[in-house]
Amino acid sequence: MTQTAEQITDASRLPSAEGLRRRALRHPGHWIGGAVIVALLALLVRSFATGNIQWAVVGEFLTAPTIIRGFVWTLLITAAALVLGIVLGFVFGMMRLSANPVMRGTAALYVWIFRGTPVLLQLLIWFNIALVFPTLYIPGLIDAKMVAVVTPFVAAVIGLGVNEGSYLTEVVRGGIQSVDRGQVEAAHTLGMTPVQTMRRIILPQTIRMILPVLGNSAAGMLKFSSLAATISMTEMLNAAQRIYFINGAVIELLFVCAIWYLAGTTVLSVIQYYLERHFGRSTVVGARPSRGLRSFFKTREA
Amino acid sequence: MTTAVRTVGIRKSYGTHEVLKGIDIDVAHGEVLCILGPSGSGKSTLLRCINHLEVPDGGYAWVDGQIIGYALRGDVLQELPVHQLRQQQSQLGMVFQHFNLFSHKTVLENVIEGPVVVRRQSRDTAIAKARALLEMVGMSAREQAYPAQLSGGQKQRVAIARALAMEPRVMLFDEPTSALDPELVGEVLEVMRRLASSGTTMIVVTHEIGFAREVADRVVVMIDGEVRECGPAQSVLSDPADPRVRAFLSRFLTETPTITTSNSE
Ligand SMILES: Nc1ncnc2c1ncn2[C@@H]1O[C@H](COP(=O)(O)OP(=O)(O)O)[C@@H](O)[C@H]1O
Ligand SMILES: [Mg+2]
Repeated sequence: MTQTAEQITDASRLPSAEGLRRRALRHPGHWIGGAVIVALLALLVRSFATGNIQWAVVGEFLTAPTIIRGFVWTLLITAAALVLGIVLGFVFGMMRLSANPVMRGTAALYVWIFRGTPVLLQLLIWFNIALVFPTLYIPGLIDAKMVAVVTPFVAAVIGLGVNEGSYLTEVVRGGIQSVDRGQVEAAHTLGMTPVQTMRRIILPQTIRMILPVLGNSAAGMLKFSSLAATISMTEMLNAAQRIYFINGAVIELLFVCAIWYLAGTTVLSVIQYYLERHFGRSTVVGARPSRGLRSFFKTREA
Repeated sequence: MTTAVRTVGIRKSYGTHEVLKGIDIDVAHGEVLCILGPSGSGKSTLLRCINHLEVPDGGYAWVDGQIIGYALRGDVLQELPVHQLRQQQSQLGMVFQHFNLFSHKTVLENVIEGPVVVRRQSRDTAIAKARALLEMVGMSAREQAYPAQLSGGQKQRVAIARALAMEPRVMLFDEPTSALDPELVGEVLEVMRRLASSGTTMIVVTHEIGFAREVADRVVVMIDGEVRECGPAQSVLSDPADPRVRAFLSRFLTETPTITTSNSE
C-alpha cells in the first residue's frame, strides 16, 4: 500500500485542479487495534457475566432503602465538606496574601498541618476529639458534651472539609496571584477599596480560573467520603458492609456502591461543564454571552 | 487660567536607581500637557506618582485643592486612610498602555463599575451615562461584548469611556496608543482630540509627536528623571534649547511628520 511520492519533472505535465479526486490515507492499524480491544472487552464482559456474581442481587440492592439512605448521607457529607473546604480555602487563601505577617503565618501553619498528615488520621482524630476536650464550652453559645456534638457525621464533615481547605488554600492563592495586576490598578484608579476590588474584580476571575480544580475536588470528595465508613458513619459504603456481613454478597454490594459513585461523579462532571461554560463566557472570542445559566445566576440583566 | 495640577518636587527611587529627580510641573484647567521622553526616563512613574499608584519618596502632587494621598498638618504630610485616598484617586482618570479592562465584565459593565460601586449611583443612571460615553467613543454597538472580543483600539476607547464615567477632574494617559497596531492608533487619537477640544484637562505621555504638535498646549520633555524642556508645543518641538532634547527629538523630526488620519468607525 505504501507509495513514495513520484517525481514529476516536467511542469507542463501537471494535471489541472479540476477533475482530481482525493483519497484519504488508510489506517489499517486502527482497525486491527480496535478489533483486538473490542474482543478483549467482550471477553471481560463475558467473564463478569458468567463469573461468580449474582447480577440479580446487584439489581435488587441497587435501590434498597438502606443503600439509598447511605447514598444520601454520602451526598450530604460531600456537599457539606466541600462547602466547608471552599470557604476555608478562600479565607486562608486570601490570608496567605495578606500584608499582615501574623495572618500569612497562620494560613501557612494551617496548610502545613492539614496537608502534611493523612486525611484518614485526621478523621480519626476529629472523631476522638472528645478524648482531648470532654466538653465543648463557648460562653453564651454552647455548653455540651463533646461526644454529643461531634457525631460521626460532624467529624466526617469537619475532617474532610478542613483537609480539603488546606489544598484549596494553595489553589486560591495561586488563582488570586494570577489575576492581572493591571486590572487591580485600574480598580484602584476608579476609587475601589481593597474589599471592593477583591470582591468584584479579583475573586470572580479567581473562581473562573480554579473551577476545574474545584470540579476535581467535588469528585474527590464524593469518593473520600467513603473514608467516613471507618468512623462508624453509615454512609453508603458502611451501609453496604453492614449488609454483606449478614448476607455474604460481598462483591454484589461493592458493585452497587461502584454504580452509585459513578452516577454521582458523572452528574458532577455535567454540572462542572455548565459552570465552566458560564464562568468562561468572557474568554470566548467572538461569542455572545450565553443565556441559560446566566439568567439563572443573575436576576437583573445589564 | 487657574492651576488644576501641580507636582511639587516629586522624587522616586527603585533601590539605588533614582527614577524621578524632583519633578515640578503645572497644568492649568482645560490645558493639554504632553510628556515626551525616551523609554525609561520616568514618564510612567511620574503619572503613577501623581495618582498615587506609586508612593513618591519625596514631594507630592496637588490636584484641585487637594494633596493626593496626604493631609497637610503643619509641616507634616499625614498619610490618608485608604478609603480617602481612593476617593481622591477616583477624581483622576487613568488610561493605561495595556487598557486594563476588567476581562470578566462586558463593555457596559466595565463603564458602569466605578459609578455604581464607588459613586453609588443607581444602575439605571449609570447605564444611561455609560451609553452616552460609549456613543462618544464610537463603541455603542459593542456594549455587550467582552474585552477579549475587541481589537486594541476598541479596548482603549472603552477604557477611556470607563475613566470618563467617573467625571474626573484630570485625565492621565500613559502611552495610550503604544500597544496598538499602527492602523488602530488614529481612532484612539481622534477620541482624545475631541476630549481635548471639549476642555478636558489632560496629561498625556505619548510618542505621537504629531498629536503633541497639534493638540498639546504645552510639551514637557523628560530625560533621566528630569524635566529638560518645558514650554509651548511649537517652540519645544521645533527649536529645543537643550542638546539632549534636540538629539531625542531629531529621531522624530527626520521622519516626515505624519498627520494621523481619523478613521473611527
Ligand atoms: N516597579 C519598579 N521596580 C523597579 N524599577 C522600576 C519599576 N518601575 C519602573 N522602574 C524603572 O524606572 C525607570 C523608569 O521607568 P518608567 O517610568 O516606566 O519609564 P518610561 O515610562 O519613561 O519609559 C526604568 O528604568 C524602569 O526600569
Ligand atoms: Mg512608560
